[in-house]
Amino acid sequence: MLTVPPPTRPTRDLARLSDEALLSLVAASDDDALAALYDRFGRVAYGLALRILRDETLAQDAVQEAFLGVWRNADRFLAERAKASTWILTLVHRRSVDLVRREDIRRGEPLERAPEPATPTTAEDEASLGFRRRLVQEALTQLPAEQREALELGYYGGLSQSELAERLGQPLGTIKSRMFTGLSRLRDLLDEAGLEGSYP
Amino acid sequence: MATDHHANVAPYALDALDADEEREFEAHLASCEACREELASLREATAALAYGAAGPVPPPELKERILAEAAAERPNVVTLPQRRSWTAPLAAAAAIAAAVAIGVGVFAATRPASNDPLASVLAQPGAKLVPMGDQGALAVAPDGTAAIALTVPQAPSGKTYEAWVMRGGSAQRAGLFSGTTVLRIDRPVKPGSVVGVTLERAGGVDAPTSKPFVATQEVS
Repeated sequence: MLTVPPPTRPTRDLARLSDEALLSLVAASDDDALAALYDRFGRVAYGLALRILRDETLAQDAVQEAFLGVWRNADRFLAERAKASTWILTLVHRRSVDLVRREDIRRGEPLERAPEPATPTTAEDEASLGFRRRLVQEALTQLPAEQREALELGYYGGLSQSELAERLGQPLGTIKSRMFTGLSRLRDLLDEAGLEGSYP
Repeated sequence: MATDHHANVAPYALDALDADEEREFEAHLASCEACREELASLREATAALAYGAAGPVPPPELKERILAEAAAERPNVVTLPQRRSWTAPLAAAAAIAAAVAIGVGVFAATRPASNDPLASVLAQPGAKLVPMGDQGALAVAPDGTAAIALTVPQAPSGKTYEAWVMRGGSAQRAGLFSGTTVLRIDRPVKPGSVVGVTLERAGGVDAPTSKPFVATQEVS
């Protein structure tokens, strides 16, 4: 006899789905898939937002807005032709930078003032995040100092290129060029190191 | 003085343009294939920088708040008022590309091939998503290539899930799987088709023996 799976909601096994597949479920209003994406990217999102905003409440606001952006606009991700992780982290960065500029928070403090990593969730998460963190930080140290500075003050500091030019006393063209060369080199270093944007 | 737009790709990727510069660059992006390619290539490295900013674990209430807010907005159709959007210029770019009859989107052509069949269908210009109940979705491209993502319990032993492309009263076999899957659909999915899944005996059958327990609406 044929058995049809029961009409009750099936056991959800979202862990095996790719980020892109989860995002397509989110586009179909699947809030479990949204929760699964948050589990994959919420921590790195919060770390980034906190680094930029230096305020826990604002960082939470930025992450919340970014994930609600994911919820509302997952269908539009189709037009992006990017990896889901890239799209999500780009949204988080934008919200954070929008907020930091609106709040006029003092930006671009020395990196030593960045919040320290705190209690890990699980050893596995910590190992995976720690691995990625080391790869990225290692790649950054291999860049010429002025390129690293432009990327760090721009990306983590939320400074615009004009603000950077002013702060560093360099022509705008020099800042653009440092950003471009720095990002291109970073891309090559991360490719060599085998860092993949998606969750392992 | 004319702006050298190409020099703004990296600052744009880093969200380091002022609002005016950003609007101007996005307008340029819609018509410049070279800049779109460069941007796509720098985006991933930029997003990877996020991992360099290690921080503490977010408070558990944050996840609860996000999910509660998402549930309150259930109909997933609200458009976010976005000061910044990189969808808009790319959608415009897609329209322009279509207008000049470029068959393959720039980004589809420049992205590395993905092993995920759903992602590779979605990478095609004009691809869309069709929900399959609350268990998954079908991605289908204009040329009919398609994939489904479905969350289902493991099939009982001796049984298999079988996907079907149904159109005009006939059902064509479209692939077998045993549990939660992302599956390429073997048959072209043309407008007017319905994609559904039944549970069948192991090895599959030539025609469905029951009504699909999950199916799409007619694909438009």
